[in-house]
Amino acid sequence: MDSILSEYTSVDPTTVSVWFKACNVNDIPENGGACVKYKNKQIAVYHYKRKQTWYACQNLCPHKMEMVLSRGMLGDADGIAKVACPMHKKTFSLESGENLNGDLPAIAIYPIKIEDGFVYIGFSE
Amino acid sequence: MKTVIVVGNGMVGYKFCEKFRAHPANAAFKLIVFGEEPRPAYDRVHLSEYFGNQDAKALELAPASWYSDNNIDLITNERVTDILNETQEVRTISGKSFSYDYLVLATGSAPFVPPIKGVEKEGVFVYRTIEDLEEMLSYAAQIKAIKPDGRAAILGGGLLGLEAGKAVLDMGLEPHVVEFAPKLMPRQLDTRSSNVLQLKLESMGIQIHLGKATNQILGESVIEGMDFGEDDQLDVDMLIISAGIRPRDELGKTCGLDMGTRGGIVVNNKMETSIPNIYAIGEVALYNQMIYGLVAPGYDMANVAANQILGNPEVLMPADIDMSTKLKLMRVDVASFGTPYMPAEKGLSIIYENKTKHLYKRINVSHDGKTLLGGILVGDANDYNILHQMYLNNMSLPENAEELIVGARGDGGSAFGSAMDLPDTAQICSCESISKGKICGSIKEGACNSLKDVIGLTKATTGCGGCKPMVVDLVNETLKSMGKEVKDVICEHFEYTRQELYGIVKVKNIQTFDEALDKCGKGDGCEVCKPALASIFATIYNDTANKEAVIQDSNDRFLANIQRNGSYSVVPRIPGGEITPEKLIVIGEVAKEYNLYTKITGGQRIDLFGAELNDLPAIWKKLIDAGFESGHAYGKSLRTVKSCVGSTWCRYGMDESVSFAIELEDRYKGLRSPHKLKGGVSGCIRECAEARGKDFGVIAVDGGWNLYVCGNGGATPKHAILLAEQIDNETVIKYLDRFLMYYIRTAAPLMRTAAWLDKLEGGIEQLKRIVVDDSLNLAEELEIEMQSLVDKYECEWKQAVECEEMKKRFSHFVNTEERDDNMVFVPMRDQKMPEPWTN
Ligand SMILES: Cc1cc2nc3c(=O)[nH]c(=O)nc-3n(C[C@H](O)[C@H](O)[C@H](O)COP(=O)(O)OP(=O)(O)OC[C@H]3O[C@@H](n4cnc5c(N)ncnc54)[C@H](O)[C@@H]3O)c2cc1C
Ligand code: FES
Repeated sequence: MDSILSEYTSVDPTTVSVWFKACNVNDIPENGGACVKYKNKQIAVYHYKRKQTWYACQNLCPHKMEMVLSRGMLGDADGIAKVACPMHKKTFSLESGENLNGDLPAIAIYPIKIEDGFVYIGFSE
Repeated sequence: MKTVIVVGNGMVGYKFCEKFRAHPANAAFKLIVFGEEPRPAYDRVHLSEYFGNQDAKALELAPASWYSDNNIDLITNERVTDILNETQEVRTISGKSFSYDYLVLATGSAPFVPPIKGVEKEGVFVYRTIEDLEEMLSYAAQIKAIKPDGRAAILGGGLLGLEAGKAVLDMGLEPHVVEFAPKLMPRQLDTRSSNVLQLKLESMGIQIHLGKATNQILGESVIEGMDFGEDDQLDVDMLIISAGIRPRDELGKTCGLDMGTRGGIVVNNKMETSIPNIYAIGEVALYNQMIYGLVAPGYDMANVAANQILGNPEVLMPADIDMSTKLKLMRVDVASFGTPYMPAEKGLSIIYENKTKHLYKRINVSHDGKTLLGGILVGDANDYNILHQMYLNNMSLPENAEELIVGARGDGGSAFGSAMDLPDTAQICSCESISKGKICGSIKEGACNSLKDVIGLTKATTGCGGCKPMVVDLVNETLKSMGKEVKDVICEHFEYTRQELYGIVKVKNIQTFDEALDKCGKGDGCEVCKPALASIFATIYNDTANKEAVIQDSNDRFLANIQRNGSYSVVPRIPGGEITPEKLIVIGEVAKEYNLYTKITGGQRIDLFGAELNDLPAIWKKLIDAGFESGHAYGKSLRTVKSCVGSTWCRYGMDESVSFAIELEDRYKGLRSPHKLKGGVSGCIRECAEARGKDFGVIAVDGGWNLYVCGNGGATPKHAILLAEQIDNETVIKYLDRFLMYYIRTAAPLMRTAAWLDKLEGGIEQLKRIVVDDSLNLAEELEIEMQSLVDKYECEWKQAVECEEMKKRFSHFVNTEERDDNMVFVPMRDQKMPEPWTN
């Protein structure tokens, strides 16, 4: 179980070696998320329209190890962008990955950029 | 550096560590804690919650990391076996020795098992640790598998025994409480209150046997019954012993500590035992020749011992220990405080009893009528906290002391002012020793601004939680007195209650979530306010969940319930539970094609489980083509209207319950509400549709239908209450329109009708005035609104499968057709199920 969790670690924007062309911007609902596959990884991508930004993180919820975070609800806690897992509403900061309402391990956050109407996610492998 | 060894990591041992490490002088001490149980200390007081969730972590007082963070060596699973007081050492079961400068015994107590012949038989349990509960659960499951109507007895009708009774009920066995004394909770209740409680518990399905001495446990090697002598026997499949506690004082014997004649380690008001540097606290300590089986005095003892060791000799245990208790047994309040009952020469008693409502209130007042000596409350303990405080603080009583329990005449208000009238010294949270002054001060001095702050800072309410209502009142009143408004706001983004927000959205004609944020909220929203607004929009405009999918709760967004492994369930509507063979065949074919697990539900329809997100549109397309519609099983909306076959087939039926159930289900289908809604229609008073366990229930009687409202099943079952009698079909619909619309408009998010009615000022009588007598002059408006919602109904699954753009929502990946390979199923009887969670 823990082994899938260890496949996901945050990528620092300065160490990106691959910008993976994930999808069209229209594939991601406004103020919502969807999941993309990169090799054997599942990455949740969110279009946080109200802040005019995008976020990417692991799709795996560290609570019960289900691939569900992309189906979660976006929001903010004191201004910090967060996502709430659809299973049990555990919430995670989309900026630091930290679990905001418990002491679960942080989720991995990936760099993301938009170019010519496409969404790119940064990996460093 | 000096070493303190604590033996026992239970509730009190833990509190000692906490108090010790919070003291400014603690750094000069090393702290080693031994616990015999396999896990760090947990909340034994709320142990029974484990039956509900089996979540041991949720009961933890602090995680293992807390001990290391606070420089405490916690050694679990290691019993201390000897104290060598000459050399100041302890020895453990694994043969290790540790030296101490101070030794604190917090070994608690063990259940007392009376020496009855046969108690060693299989199927006899005690009730103290998580392991005890695990064993009971698995045994009960075994019994139920072979004997669905199995029975379990509880030996002992005290506080703990009745709690065990509830646990048995939850495990699905038939509970029997067997008590030796002629009354229940003999320590806390008088005979009349015990009778009232007994009636109430019996009405809930717990059988009570008083005045029974158990001679023998029957059965070969496994329990089969209990023998009370003289041919009086009770057949049972399981027995839980809860006949009192015995202190775990065996270590005291190993080093010659002074002990009580009936056990317990003798301590003075410094918690010192008869040997220097050895202290005892909690349920092992015999103070005032008493073992106090409650957590609050144990916490006090922990505080005293910590202060004594750390050089504050002035902190002493008070001479009088308050033994007041309040608990809720299956929604029945039971409380007793001070001297609960006494002979007439000691004081005057004022008693109020109402057997039909299962209410009993007694207060004992001094002969001069000035002081409150104690009392008992059964059935309604709302006034317990304040009465208890009046008793503790010797506060003066109103002229007519009876007003304290029957309420002041006239306005129906209560005779005592508010919690704010208490003196500052009044102890509000006895578990954490927090006074009223501390709570109000923390707000007045600016350290706290909300209930959450106060709890964080003072820890009030974190023990047994019984003081919560008072703390809430104090916080709210103090904030108010400082000119700050307090209310049940939705979340940080909307400073309104749901009802207020409903009004704003309607008046300003707000159509989208962002518009709501811009016009009356702040920030970007969250998982609390988004679904709340989605529900408000649905109430006003009856848009389907497709309109703004991203603000819907996950289940509404995907129009299906997410299951344990991220798969979904599919639940087509089967109004009234009536279905043609052709449609049954379609369900079967779809389930077979997509390999779905099928189950018939309590709502008289068929759930199909284990569908992958990607397959949902195709599955629904097939169902819709065959004439099915969404069952809204995923929504906070109408689920089903259950029916019995009624006069169409049944020889007892008084009316056509199926036809009426279908009519009602079709009328209210798709209606979004603060919580799910369920209905039932029974064709006669035999009530086969269990209509009184629903939010609305209709039962055919001579001369029409009886309409009941605000019932539910689930964790806290509640019977629906009669709203109107002998009315015809049109009137049922008229009243239901008004009732449902009024509920939907005014309830808080996720509040079911029963809880809503509890909160409604004036209760059912007021609801009758609004719905039946139209006292608010609102009936027409409510009916018109409901009719417009009914007219706007659309099947949201039909919308979704007919629109390519919407269908995009239902794919796991947006960049490939591949499926989620993390989703694992395992075989289950002849079908499949999600792989169990391991963490
Ligand atoms: C189901 C239930 C419901 C309750 N409800 C209430 C309530 O509503 N209100 C209330 O006030 N009280 C309630 N109580 C009582 C309350 O739980 C106790 O008063 C409290 O737990 C006492 O704390 P303690 O630390 O003294 O003992 P415990 O919590 O029993 O802890 C003692 C610990 O020491 C360990 N130990 C014993 N001997 C050794 C040894 N030699 N070496 C190492 N470890 C050892 C034990 O294994 C145990 O873990 C309830 C109890 C139960 C079982
Ligand atoms: S699985 Fe994500 S919150 Fe439980």
